Amino acid sequence: MNWIRKKLDEVKAPFQPGEKYEKFAPAINALDTFLFVPNHTTKKGAHVRDAVDLKRTMITVVLALIPALIFGMWNTGYQHFTQLGESPGFFEAFMHGAWKIVPMIIVSYGVGLALEFAFAIMRGHEVNEGYLVTGLLIPMIMPVDIPLWMVALSVIFAVLIGKEAFGGTGMNILNPALTARAFAFFAYPTYMSGNKVWVSEASTMDGITGETILGTLAANKDVAYQTADMFTGVIPGSISETSTLCILAGALLLVLTKVGSWRIILSGFVGAAVMGLIFNALGNSVFTGNGLMNFPWYNHLVVGGLAFGIVFMATDPVSAAQTMRGKIIYGFLIGLFGIMIRVFNPAYPEGIMLAILLMNVFAPTIDYYVVQANINKRKKRLKPQTVKTA
Amino acid sequence: MSKNVKVKRGLKLSFKGEAEKILEKTPLSKTYAIKPPNFHSIVPKTTVKEGEKVLAGDELFYSKYSEHTRFVSPVSGIVKEIVRGAKRKILEIRIEADKEISYKDFGSLDPLKASAEEVKSKVFSSGLGVFIKQRPYDILANAEDTPKSIYISAFNTAPIVGDLEFILKDKQAHFQTGINVLTKLTEGQVYLGVEANSNSYLKKLDHAELINVSGPHPAGNVGTLIHETEPINQGERVWTVGAEDVAIIGELFSTGKYNAERTVAVTGESAKNRKYYKTLIGAEIQSFVGEVEANSRFISGDVLTGEKVDANNYINFYDNELSVIPEGDNYRMFGWLPFKDNHVHSMSKTSLSWLFPNKKYSVNTNLNGEERALVVTGEMEEVMPLDIYPMELLKACMVGDIEKMENLGIYEVIPEDFALVDYINTSKIEAQEIIRNGLDLMITEVG
Repeated sequence: MNWIRKKLDEVKAPFQPGEKYEKFAPAINALDTFLFVPNHTTKKGAHVRDAVDLKRTMITVVLALIPALIFGMWNTGYQHFTQLGESPGFFEAFMHGAWKIVPMIIVSYGVGLALEFAFAIMRGHEVNEGYLVTGLLIPMIMPVDIPLWMVALSVIFAVLIGKEAFGGTGMNILNPALTARAFAFFAYPTYMSGNKVWVSEASTMDGITGETILGTLAANKDVAYQTADMFTGVIPGSISETSTLCILAGALLLVLTKVGSWRIILSGFVGAAVMGLIFNALGNSVFTGNGLMNFPWYNHLVVGGLAFGIVFMATDPVSAAQTMRGKIIYGFLIGLFGIMIRVFNPAYPEGIMLAILLMNVFAPTIDYYVVQANINKRKKRLKPQTVKTA
Repeated sequence: MSKNVKVKRGLKLSFKGEAEKILEKTPLSKTYAIKPPNFHSIVPKTTVKEGEKVLAGDELFYSKYSEHTRFVSPVSGIVKEIVRGAKRKILEIRIEADKEISYKDFGSLDPLKASAEEVKSKVFSSGLGVFIKQRPYDILANAEDTPKSIYISAFNTAPIVGDLEFILKDKQAHFQTGINVLTKLTEGQVYLGVEANSNSYLKKLDHAELINVSGPHPAGNVGTLIHETEPINQGERVWTVGAEDVAIIGELFSTGKYNAERTVAVTGESAKNRKYYKTLIGAEIQSFVGEVEANSRFISGDVLTGEKVDANNYINFYDNELSVIPEGDNYRMFGWLPFKDNHVHSMSKTSLSWLFPNKKYSVNTNLNGEERALVVTGEMEEVMPLDIYPMELLKACMVGDIEKMENLGIYEVIPEDFALVDYINTSKIEAQEIIRNGLDLMITEVG
């Protein structure tokens, strides 16, 4: 350890204040602080500090994403081979998926971190760790065959327009990863929807169709999968959104470590269930309803991007509601609107992305009213005194 | 009459380095210093010159904009030096102490028999006004105000701090007289916060409304007591007095002597003789601290709210604690990894330390990370027992939005109420400093 430390100090020397590469210090500091928790000491205030920092928080989210990522890699290969009529082994399926997904991750991190570093150097602040999560989330919510340059452009859009334009990490209104997906969805719709994009290499072969369950239902066709398949995730879909089981494993880590808000997660699922129940009831009584309306409410919870969106996107603390009560309202409305958009949008049978982005925009409004209630309480307290003085 | 306050939100911190409950009387320090910067926002005007002889209780300086508040000498001796900083700002007034302290005689007065005006006049003319602080703003009380109520906390919930019950055990009579004095300064109540589960003699005192407090830190903070009983509204004034200072006030009324006795608890792992030392306000740290480990930080006050001081300097005016902890200027390889380095305490569940709530942790001054943008939400609320939105209030202070600060409860807080926010927050922001700056802005803009 001492040897590494010494070497690092040598490398850092020209980046110190007053030295030749002082301007690029944030870049070398990012490497340094990745290897070591710095020797910075407190100056005032509390002289002792908690062990947690933003790196630890963000890495915990990355760890929570790993089960869904590993499963996504395997499922990508599995869907590809089984559609071809083959029975792949675990390793073969996993390697096929990894071969497709790892380059996307490399592109996402490469492009995104380069931008983050550039902005840190330009603005003279340290590199924030937020992109560690965003960089992994972006490939995980893309269709598997999306060209790498589209991933790169989506990342650039998300970082520049979704985050830095608002002032950088902590200031963004929209979830950056979803901004990337929304960009790709609207800029390159043929690569982001339809029945040929959800299974690896489906678009290049006539024999394969990769229709998702939601796509099938939107076309009023019968679904060939059981609830258990939907829950375990052995179905076509975006890379890591299919397995509710693996997503819930990640959610468990997020909730236990308190890195993710259980309020948002729970109320999100409750909101979706409530909307699902309403549609089921309407479909059975008032309207004939479409396939999505009659789709059992519990199945709504385990297909599409709902679980992934609620657990990993809606809980983004920057773009979510920040007050405790606000989080409950925010999560509930995401679930509610997610299913509503899913059922009513015939062009794109998925709603969670738009629901989260919509609620991102309304999160400050929710917080405003929650905080206002506290303010009103304080003002009410003031009334008797004002009367007394008058 | 008594009230029960049970605090749920907060954080119990158990650190190594508590002081043993042994009281030692230290020999007199050679010099003592009163430091005007200890009294926030005053402009000192000296009334003594270097070389002048003073008695304990003789005036050293007064505040330019509040002439009622006198600052007096804790000992008799010769004014040795008036230390000045940039722009001739007075930093310290050092007094070389006599071997035997001579006291100025202020005359005794039974506060219960005297009129409120007589009591108030005696408090402020004898230098006792310095012990009374005002909320909002955490500044010295204005002699012209009549506060809504007065609060004293005799229950310290901060980590490795002195036990006020132990400190006050020989001063019960003076403490009672002190409370009697304070009752004359307010039309409302004098509240005394005590530990709910103790059978303390403090619970048997007269003329004070008891608040039986239980719960994690900051349960014992005066701010918590005020918020739970009579929260401060715009335009109101509440006064607060330190527990040991109540005894000093009482002693002057009983005996006529300004006896600036201070029991300092020496705590922290780096101090080898961790005990309680009976000394005087403004004593030299070296006169009582004893042996300490190299590369240590001296903090006048507790580790959450105290001020970094030089080992050769003097204890701050209000502090009855000196914390000595190791400087944390070392690196920890991959220390940011979750569930690694669990020997460093964390409220966050990303460390396994939450599994051992009763374990005592070693602490040092390492920041354990770097300052970052405010990202994580909800953590500040977990340690904030007051019904305010801490993150929103901090943001309002950062941008200087006075109306928002008022609406979000700036009048109810002082920096120490945000000490735990400093401790736990992931982004390593300086919450106490932000609140202090916010309060200063309020003083300037609202008054």
